[in-house]
Amino acid sequence: MGGYGLYVWGSYGVVAVFLALELIFLARRKQALLERLTALREMEEDKS
Amino acid sequence: MAIHWTKYSAPSAFYPMAGRSLPWLAAGTLLLTAVGVYMGLFSAPTDYKQGEAYRIMFIHVPAAWMSMWLYIVMAAYAGLGLVYNTRMAHMLAAATAPTGAIFAFLALWTGAFWGRPMWGAWWVWDARLTSELILFFLYLGVMALRAAIDDRQRADRASALLALVGVVNVPIIYFSVKWWNTLHQGATIDFSGSKMDRSMLWPMLILTVAFWLYSFVTIFLRARCEILERERHAEWVGELLDNRG
Amino acid sequence: MFAVTGMVRRDVILAMRRRADVLTTLFFFVIVAALFPLGIGPEMATLRIMGPGVLWVAALLASMLSLGRMFAADYADGTLEQMLVLPQPLSLLVLGKVVAHWLGSGLPLVLLSPVLGLQYGLAPDVLKVLVISLLLGTPVLSLIGAIGAALTLGLRGGGVLVALLVLPLYVPVLIFGAGAVEAHSSGLGGEGHLSLLGAFLLMALALSPWAAATALRISLD
Repeated sequence: MGGYGLYVWGSYGVVAVFLALELIFLARRKQALLERLTALREMEEDKS
Repeated sequence: MAIHWTKYSAPSAFYPMAGRSLPWLAAGTLLLTAVGVYMGLFSAPTDYKQGEAYRIMFIHVPAAWMSMWLYIVMAAYAGLGLVYNTRMAHMLAAATAPTGAIFAFLALWTGAFWGRPMWGAWWVWDARLTSELILFFLYLGVMALRAAIDDRQRADRASALLALVGVVNVPIIYFSVKWWNTLHQGATIDFSGSKMDRSMLWPMLILTVAFWLYSFVTIFLRARCEILERERHAEWVGELLDNRG
Repeated sequence: MFAVTGMVRRDVILAMRRRADVLTTLFFFVIVAALFPLGIGPEMATLRIMGPGVLWVAALLASMLSLGRMFAADYADGTLEQMLVLPQPLSLLVLGKVVAHWLGSGLPLVLLSPVLGLQYGLAPDVLKVLVISLLLGTPVLSLIGAIGAALTLGLRGGGVLVALLVLPLYVPVLIFGAGAVEAHSSGLGGEGHLSLLGAFLLMALALSPWAAATALRISLD
């Protein structure tokens, strides 16, 4: 990259990392949420 | 988007619609990102004056644009939520904020990484970077306020009002910072750079669309999580959970 | 009209009973203004350049720290909720509270600023512009701050949260307030900046009470 490698890859890399992390965190949030809600629902069903 | 299709103002309708759209949005995002990055990094010609570092602009400019547009989107949903009192609008506003904040941060980061090789400094107090920094703080404020309030309705409405106050102030802030910058004879840094070659414009535009699609993806994902959390006692959520397990 | 003056009188009387609050704001202003030279060094030439900006930031921070007081007392004893159901428009009552708040937290800063300005080696004509800029600007800070104070009623995180919300909105006032003084010092004349500050003040007077009233309703409902 004509000597500017650190800057170009530092930019593209950080952008890629952050956007990927955002997606990963969202996926994990969804997963945890579904598990928690399913568990809650089973508890309620056990009661009734 | 769901603004005009009032059918989707019901969480129970929005959820499946978002779910169906996601694969397409994700595919589009990946495709355009790949094309845009390839063009930006490899096929766009080397700039005669600025060398390879100018390639950072291909992600800096779209990120900055997104941070600004998403703030307006967030404020629009906030306004809709306050006026029409619809949960879905507030959920979408809540879903938009983090993505906008991340783009603001990335605009600042890439701006710094572009400034260092070009102007010799990691940070310069030029009008656009400084305004972007303040925009980042505005995002953080909206998110922090929402997080600080336990009562969900109050949290929605308070952060909505703050978002609206912010959006009204953004032009004032930008104008003030620009004035401040020219007055103090700051370095004449212009991030839009020299006239761009036609071939250089393409990667930027493609990545802008890619970032838009990406934003749809994250906003829809986040909105779906919000819906599940808030509507968990609804019958349709119950059926959904049952069908899963 | 009586709603505003009545509220101002009431709040000022209440504030007089707790004079310490006003004094702590003033002392904060003084201390911060004293900290900068200690951190930067005593060369008058440097201080003269930095003075307007430093004093403006110090005044801004002092004003911001006192925001919690605007609604806290009335919120705690339930008077605030009563105000929501009074026949007088809530925005007028809020305006009254903001005026009273400014009289206790903004005006003292304006009056003390020339003295602190001397510590920074500012000339009399510069001091004059400084005072006018603060006179126009601190009410805007109180008006904008009222929105932040209303939104954060009763929340944990207290002053820091209000700061995060309100400081970005303060930026234009700071830029033109300090800018007026610096423009004057550099011979360009501060009238343009001061006019803009005046415009900000008018805008804030028109819009902030209503926004803060809305925020109060949101926080209290």
